Amino acid sequence: MIKHLRSAADLDLATATLILDTAGEMAALAGREVKKLPTLRGRTVVNLFYEDSTRTRISFEAAAKRLSADVINFSAKGSSVSKGESLKDTALTLQAMGADAVVIRHSASGAPHRLASWVDGSVINAGDGTHEHPTQALLDAYTMRSRLGRLAGLRVAIVGDVLHSRVARSNVLLLTTLGAHVTLVGPPTLVPRDIAAALSPATKVSYDLDSVLPDMDVVMMLRVQTERMQDSYFPSAREYSRRYGLDLARMRKLPEHAIVMHPGPMNRGMEIAPEVADSSRSTIVEQVANGVSARMAVLYLLLGGKA
Amino acid sequence: MTGFLIQGVSVLGAAPSDLVLRDGFVVSAPDGTEDVVDGSGLVALPGLVDLHTHLREPGREDAETVETGSRAAALGGYTAVFAMANTSPVADTAGVVEQVWRLGREAGLVDVQPIGAVTVGLAGKQLAELGAMATSAAGVRIFSDDGFCVADPRLMRRALEYVKAFDGIIAQHAEEPRLTEGAQMHEGEVSTRLGLTGWPAVAEEAIIARDVLLAEHVGSRLHVCHVSTAGSVEVLRQAKARGVRVTAEVTPHHLLLTDELAASYDPVFKVNPPLRTAADVAALRQALVDGVIDVVATDHAPHAVEDKECEWAYARPGMLGLETALSIVLSVLGERWDLIADRMSRTPARIAGLDGHGTDLAVGSPANLTLVDPSARRVVDPAELASRSRNTPYTGTTLPGRIVATFLRGEPTVLDGKAVK
Amino acid sequence: MASPRADTTSKIILGESDLHRVVDRIAHQILEKTSGATGTVLLGIPTRGVPLAQRLAARIHAFEGIDVPVGSLDITLYRDDLRLHATRALGKTELPGGGIDGRRVILVDDVLFSGRTVRAALDALNDVGRPSSVQLAVLVDRGHRQLPIRADYVGKNIPTAVSESVRVSLLEVDGLDEVKLTGGDK
Repeated sequence: MIKHLRSAADLDLATATLILDTAGEMAALAGREVKKLPTLRGRTVVNLFYEDSTRTRISFEAAAKRLSADVINFSAKGSSVSKGESLKDTALTLQAMGADAVVIRHSASGAPHRLASWVDGSVINAGDGTHEHPTQALLDAYTMRSRLGRLAGLRVAIVGDVLHSRVARSNVLLLTTLGAHVTLVGPPTLVPRDIAAALSPATKVSYDLDSVLPDMDVVMMLRVQTERMQDSYFPSAREYSRRYGLDLARMRKLPEHAIVMHPGPMNRGMEIAPEVADSSRSTIVEQVANGVSARMAVLYLLLGGKA
Repeated sequence: MTGFLIQGVSVLGAAPSDLVLRDGFVVSAPDGTEDVVDGSGLVALPGLVDLHTHLREPGREDAETVETGSRAAALGGYTAVFAMANTSPVADTAGVVEQVWRLGREAGLVDVQPIGAVTVGLAGKQLAELGAMATSAAGVRIFSDDGFCVADPRLMRRALEYVKAFDGIIAQHAEEPRLTEGAQMHEGEVSTRLGLTGWPAVAEEAIIARDVLLAEHVGSRLHVCHVSTAGSVEVLRQAKARGVRVTAEVTPHHLLLTDELAASYDPVFKVNPPLRTAADVAALRQALVDGVIDVVATDHAPHAVEDKECEWAYARPGMLGLETALSIVLSVLGERWDLIADRMSRTPARIAGLDGHGTDLAVGSPANLTLVDPSARRVVDPAELASRSRNTPYTGTTLPGRIVATFLRGEPTVLDGKAVK
Repeated sequence: MASPRADTTSKIILGESDLHRVVDRIAHQILEKTSGATGTVLLGIPTRGVPLAQRLAARIHAFEGIDVPVGSLDITLYRDDLRLHATRALGKTELPGGGIDGRRVILVDDVLFSGRTVRAALDALNDVGRPSSVQLAVLVDRGHRQLPIRADYVGKNIPTAVSESVRVSLLEVDGLDEVKLTGGDK
């Protein structure tokens, strides 16, 4: 078993499949009255969050607690680099506390890699800068598999601000490993021209959402931050929404069985219309529930055996 | 003053001969009073000259001082280094450049030649008192805002023109700042994969293209710092072919390392301009051989531990270079001693107008030289470096060549591979 | 020296027909002891406990025409030795429709050894419902208990040395039916 989950590239097909299968078992357990399992009793999981993300932190916390791990929430937000303790000093503190796993969320790409070089325990990337968010990709893949029954051969469009999206990077890597075909869609300013070469040569790129939709099994809308406008990535929210937003008319271009995903939090009316977000094709609420199962699976597989 | 008799040394790879140093010069024959140095197996080069060094004093003495940087330079075979102006306070007045110059003379290990800032506080708004620095005791001839680009084209034009009065030269850090906002590494496949903001090659090439046109227009000399891309090489090649008076430098690390190293997220590989692709490395090597790039300059940039043992985005850019430069160049160019002497000693001294350095070891020449053992191999251990900082990208790498001795005006600064003081 | 896998140190304890006879006997005993298996649920412990439970149900049906609900109970997440081994993949937990509350649960496993698996199964059972009683059926009891646990139905008692191992093969999992004793110091 792998020691750290820093990138979706840490997962080969067998490991990724094992995590998804395990998540399935965990999901089944979530339906019963007693949700807690004794599995990780005596293990310590630290949630080290340098960025606000209540939903991700709560998801990891629920996952760890359901497996009976001791959870320490270490919110480092607000401690600026100049004034606050350095990541390395924090790492040494966590090491001294005997953390078996550190779940890290950080605004700097690669922070989990640095952390892993300073602690003995497992490091789980809960989102680093504009790099990756591998557990999000796992829960997304789990959601696709649950809804559509398979991953191999699925055609998935990931739409929006690919350049700044850690969700997109992890999804491209993981979905490719699992045999799905990914098309990245967005304005050329937000889809790096070497993204396919960088992540997976089979990845396709399109600037035209309408032409892509009829062939897709899954369309995943990425959050687009309106401040990108100020930096001239696109002219206006209105134009963005008109060209790359998923509204009802566009949703109808999808095949009957296709699903609509969003990692949240959504900008309703920007990248996704409210009627689409709330439609039966939308898996947005399921994704949240599946997040706990996927994270339980990751924690179990990283911590459930001999270190 | 003791003389030295270096027996059986190969000057620039020629057949072994004796070299006699007395009273600061190379002389024709020993008089029997000299200390004898065994030169067998060693190659003598004119003392190396570095056009681009950060000594950090005043301001960041925890990272480097004039003295520790001078020692590192001597151990690297250098007899003269040009100290960049981005200290704190900035070397933008006669007072600061004289202070640095004096500290260099006191350390007495290499000739420390201060570079003056082009603009007040490196802020890119207003010319610093370039003339005052030129006529100060430091005799500044090279001016640079290195660390920052003189981005304002009008200001750059004025600077290029103004320094003609005292045969000065502007050394440009070519980086269009709007194209590199938040940039962390070379923009390309690796940056896309790692989610680090890209530093596009065009940000360097656009400034060099603009500046060679400006230099041509006003008839001034221009020096381009740390050229890092194949596209920059092409711009320079065309400018030189047209007769523009432009010179350029490349760092040892840009001749060897590539952006793939960032995959570790270890900021020891973070540098500005960033490590580029293998294709860029190949173009830079060829340009150095062709003479499109004139010199190797280290961009020796010491940083304290806390500025490197952190997240990539928060780390300061830069790497140590003085103590490994010759080894890197040897591994890149091979034992082409005349070419090495040209790119690391003669040409940098000529660009800077530095008398007494970069002259071949003929009778009557100043005795500034270094002795290299080309057959030696060493494994780089940061703990063994003389620099106060440890941010070498070569930790654990086996490098060819070792500096055995360095002489500054006939006095040894390094003997038996150790600094004399 | 022979390879450790060589059959020189292994002995077949139950052949195919022996194994079938033993399963039949356990099925009869269950019918007898539970007065016709009413209100009874068979829960197999993965991996080999699950097909065994299915076989027992099939035999009970053949003998008496009674349908005994069958399910599986994975105990991996309840093991007390997780840290001693590489991470294990999970098995399935599938309770039969109607659940286990108020019913008699018979746990089914292939080999009873230290008793730790059964201890974990009791913990797991506790988290999924409240049976009226719990019994244990095993194909082989090889002794060496480390906990105060005994089986209600035993196919065969096999005296073993601690260093030996009992390997149960079932058609559904391994492609053949047999029980082998392997290893040991001699």
